[in-house]
Amino acid sequence: MGLNKKPELMPEIEKIRADFPMLSAKVGDRPLVYLDNAATTHKPLAVIERIRKFDSQQYATVRRGSYRMGEWATEMFEDSRKKVAAFINAGDHRQIVFTSGATMSMNLVAHSFGRKFIGAGDEIIISNMEHHANIVPWQLLCLEKGCVLKVIPITDSGELIMGEFDKLLSPKTKLVAITHSSNVLGTVNPIKEIVKKAHAAGAKVLVDAAQSTPHMKIDVKEMDCDFLAFSGHKMYGPSGIGVLYGKYEVLESMPPFLAGGDMINSVTLARTTFAKPPGRFEAGTPPISQVIGLGAAVDYLSAIGLDRISAYEQSLLEYGTELLGKIDGLRIIGTAPHKAAIISFWLGAAHPHDVITIIDQDGIAVRGGHHCAQPVMERFGIPATTRASLSFYNKYEELDQLAESLKKVIKVFG
Amino acid sequence: MSYQSDLYQQVILDHNKNPRNFREIEGHSNSCDGYNPLCGDKINIHMQINESGLIEDIAFSGSGCAISKASASMMTVNMKGKTVADARVMFEEFHKMITGVMEPQPGAHHLGKLTIFQGVREFPSRIKCASLAWHTLVCAIDKTGETTIE
Repeated sequence: MGLNKKPELMPEIEKIRADFPMLSAKVGDRPLVYLDNAATTHKPLAVIERIRKFDSQQYATVRRGSYRMGEWATEMFEDSRKKVAAFINAGDHRQIVFTSGATMSMNLVAHSFGRKFIGAGDEIIISNMEHHANIVPWQLLCLEKGCVLKVIPITDSGELIMGEFDKLLSPKTKLVAITHSSNVLGTVNPIKEIVKKAHAAGAKVLVDAAQSTPHMKIDVKEMDCDFLAFSGHKMYGPSGIGVLYGKYEVLESMPPFLAGGDMINSVTLARTTFAKPPGRFEAGTPPISQVIGLGAAVDYLSAIGLDRISAYEQSLLEYGTELLGKIDGLRIIGTAPHKAAIISFWLGAAHPHDVITIIDQDGIAVRGGHHCAQPVMERFGIPATTRASLSFYNKYEELDQLAESLKKVIKVFG
Repeated sequence: MSYQSDLYQQVILDHNKNPRNFREIEGHSNSCDGYNPLCGDKINIHMQINESGLIEDIAFSGSGCAISKASASMMTVNMKGKTVADARVMFEEFHKMITGVMEPQPGAHHLGKLTIFQGVREFPSRIKCASLAWHTLVCAIDKTGETTIE
């Protein structure tokens, strides 16, 4: 630990920043300091230009037309699926279902897998650090089916209490739905261990990877999870596109979720047979350009390398934690040893809403609020946090600016 | 536009630090819980209104940012001794002032010191912070249980 800048971990940082047009945006007369990457990330030119080229020269609908433009578009679309499969080491690309985002991915599992395989008295285990998108679908399912939601508690540093998880697991457990990395605390959870234990109890595991896919190498084979959900717009791709990975045999056992065109084998007015996965879960015209853009984002991230991204972001996290920790009255929420580059904090006298208004005047974009994770706020006894979430395109100097700006807040509210 | 001169004036900072009427009223005649789902702010208003519609006592509790707390605090100070009809007029005027629909010309309104909040209009994301207590006030008067500002 220590206030060490390690720019050698990302020597081409200025070149990388130049790849992202939004990073040269101005907020009033101040350059944008963008530290809200857990909410959404900016897009590199590679993604913007790929979509532009597709939309202006190659666009056609997919999986329908027999004319050549349609065939080519379908090929590019399916090529994106293969890229995404390789990105998370899924192997068989038929295990990649395109959705509108991680939220829809998790709702898909709740509506399809949940409705078929989870019944009255069955149990679903989540944790105290979940995003609302991994809480509410299960609450609704339990209201409908009479299943029971169990919650793994967390420690004061923001780690799962694994001993309690062991106690919650039972033959009644049908699903463990758990975040890979908390959007508030940054905590990275021991997914491999959770999956192993859940499988031993006969339960399936859904991993919310919305906050981990942009920051660390994901290997679904090694995790052995049954489902993995993530969003394009949090990993430098377009919004409106997300992914549900599912083990093929599990996906194949599941009924359709949305019904319509594209998800069928044949339809008569009396009876319909359904397509195999992933088509079964992709009713209607998909977000074609967004899928193409996601493929370009995956290429961009892979070219830099997730290992290098992780190492550099960890160094930013260490630097920022040390720097902000020195500020009087600042309490960091989420201090697990294994964290993604998220620093949530509570600043004594100033409410997060006031913090963001003041530092916004310096061009600094962070999020203040409950981050769609109100049970986390409740656990730590605070109404909201201010959250700086980092990316490999951030610089140490931006954290210096954040710290300086926070000192102004303290001056106002002191 | 400056956050110090327009938004965080000394009076507002003082009411944030030392909120007035920050308590509950036992045996209150009216109450409401107000929520801002966007930021998680919660304000609870308790009121004692007599048969002739006079606000004998008003207090608030809950958690929120400096703007919502100061707004609630100053509202309660200005509301005590007013009638329900006065309160409704002031709600309308306050709302028009912070959204920039009304310029608070001296003598042409009933807001008094509450005009200190007119700078909020320069910070659109904070308008709901300033208006939460006021929406909750109307809800308490109307006894509609709870209110959520969207």
